[in-house]
Amino acid sequence: MIKDITIGQYYPQDSIIHRLDPRIKIISTFLYVLVLFICDGVFEYALVTLFLAALIKTSRIPVRFILKGLKPVMMILIFTIMVKVLFSGGMMVEEESILFKKGILCISTEGIRQGVFLGIRFVYLVIGTSMLTYTTTPNSLATGLESVMKPLKIFKVPVAEAAMILTIALRFIPILVEEADRIMKAQMSRGADFEEGNVVKRVKSMAVILIPLFVSAFRRANDLAAAMEARCYHGGEGRTRLKPLKMKGTDYGAMVTICLFVAVLITVHIKVG
Amino acid sequence: MVKADNLVFEYILRDEEGNVSGINKALDEVTLDIHPGQFIAILGHNGCGKSTFARHINALLAPTSGTIYVDNKDASKAENILDIRQVAGMVFQNPDNQIIGSVVEEDVAFGPENMGVNVDEMWERVLDSLSKVGMQAYRKSSPNKLSGGQKQRVAIAGTLAMKPKCIVLDEPTAMLDPIGRSEVIDVITKLNKQENVTIILITHYLEEIENADVVFVMSEGKIVMQGTPGQIFARQDELREYKLEVPQTAILSKMLYDGGVINRKTVMNTEELVEVIAKAFEIKQDI
Repeated sequence: MIKDITIGQYYPQDSIIHRLDPRIKIISTFLYVLVLFICDGVFEYALVTLFLAALIKTSRIPVRFILKGLKPVMMILIFTIMVKVLFSGGMMVEEESILFKKGILCISTEGIRQGVFLGIRFVYLVIGTSMLTYTTTPNSLATGLESVMKPLKIFKVPVAEAAMILTIALRFIPILVEEADRIMKAQMSRGADFEEGNVVKRVKSMAVILIPLFVSAFRRANDLAAAMEARCYHGGEGRTRLKPLKMKGTDYGAMVTICLFVAVLITVHIKVG
Repeated sequence: MVKADNLVFEYILRDEEGNVSGINKALDEVTLDIHPGQFIAILGHNGCGKSTFARHINALLAPTSGTIYVDNKDASKAENILDIRQVAGMVFQNPDNQIIGSVVEEDVAFGPENMGVNVDEMWERVLDSLSKVGMQAYRKSSPNKLSGGQKQRVAIAGTLAMKPKCIVLDEPTAMLDPIGRSEVIDVITKLNKQENVTIILITHYLEEIENADVVFVMSEGKIVMQGTPGQIFARQDELREYKLEVPQTAILSKMLYDGGVINRKTVMNTEELVEVIAKAFEIKQDI
């Protein structure tokens, strides 16, 4: 079950995008999300589509894999589109665009238009942001985040420590998944039933997995803290990195590309809109 | 290297209201002296205080009373802590809970990263340490995909990368299968012999102490026996009293010696015993 979720997963591949500096990828993703929200109209969405297609092509990640990542959010997507399309009455639509109206139910061409664009925006948002995690190893993502967030140090935000927490959390996910599986099997062998019964019953039966899992997680945390201290960990102060981040030619190229994309999109938005 | 003098450590037990309900003396006037380059084994059953002692060497715990000097530095002084942790590396029991990086090489670099070693030297240390434990082929692997013995070797490489003079191993083989166990013991024996690293091996397996120079046996927070592995093995009744399991080879060899069959009182491993018995009967061994 847990293995099916591709969102936030790394897809090993050797491509220019994979080799980019994580800082560039993080900032680009941020910019991409921003411009996606000002997007309106067919022409602008066509531009974003082109950009995404080019990105997927250069990252050499199979489209099938990316589409699979959309599966978990499908329900939310369908729900939001349905709400937009069926209840457009509250949106102050013009009288002539209304196709059908009964009670609170109201379908209009404007509502359908907005629903479709909302759906596209949502899908592009998920694809665009997952491209970051598909092409960046969790570790370099943590390093990149630490570096991007550095200015926050002025406000006494413990950036280096937060990045360390993130790295460790990522390292322990597979271990805890394995452990949860082991506990589940142990409980099943003693007659616990996780498959049957209604929702309330099933949620209740999860307690016998979660409690032992938490206990062991705390124990692990204790051990890990001792192991980290034993290896001279004393916070982010004075730490060096095995793989320091360094900007290369392609990184500057990528930066120029994303800036151009944003600039073009904003110009189009102002001109057309 | 490590010098403990009347070392006492007390765990204070508290009831639910936080009142002191008892004091548990985990270390009771431990006095010992470990010289550079030695291979030391500390034996003891569960709860005898051996892990507590190990944590003092690494300054993870501070003594209640008494002193402990590591590399001539007082471990109870806060300003010495980082130096001591660099001099005396530590390997723990559970291989999963001491690996911090998601890639082997990044984990090995964790110690030097904390010490602020520069990049070029760090790579040199990482590659060097990994080759010393024979894990260079797994440099880019995820620790989750390694066997227990391999994980422990990575953990040893992680301490080696800090260039310690001494490595304390707190039951490093307790969670391993026999193959992993011998991998770890081989690596630490090699480090002791070839790199002259002081090894302090804490264990409850008597099989693992055969290469040690000096063995200490602990019970109830006290050092109760001290000697070479041969001397320790010879005192089997005492070992049993301290709840330690005597290896079958040692039991058999002692019985054979007492019965006058062989002329050596303590034999450590099976191969040696076979040889000794073969010699006693003057027959050719075909193993």
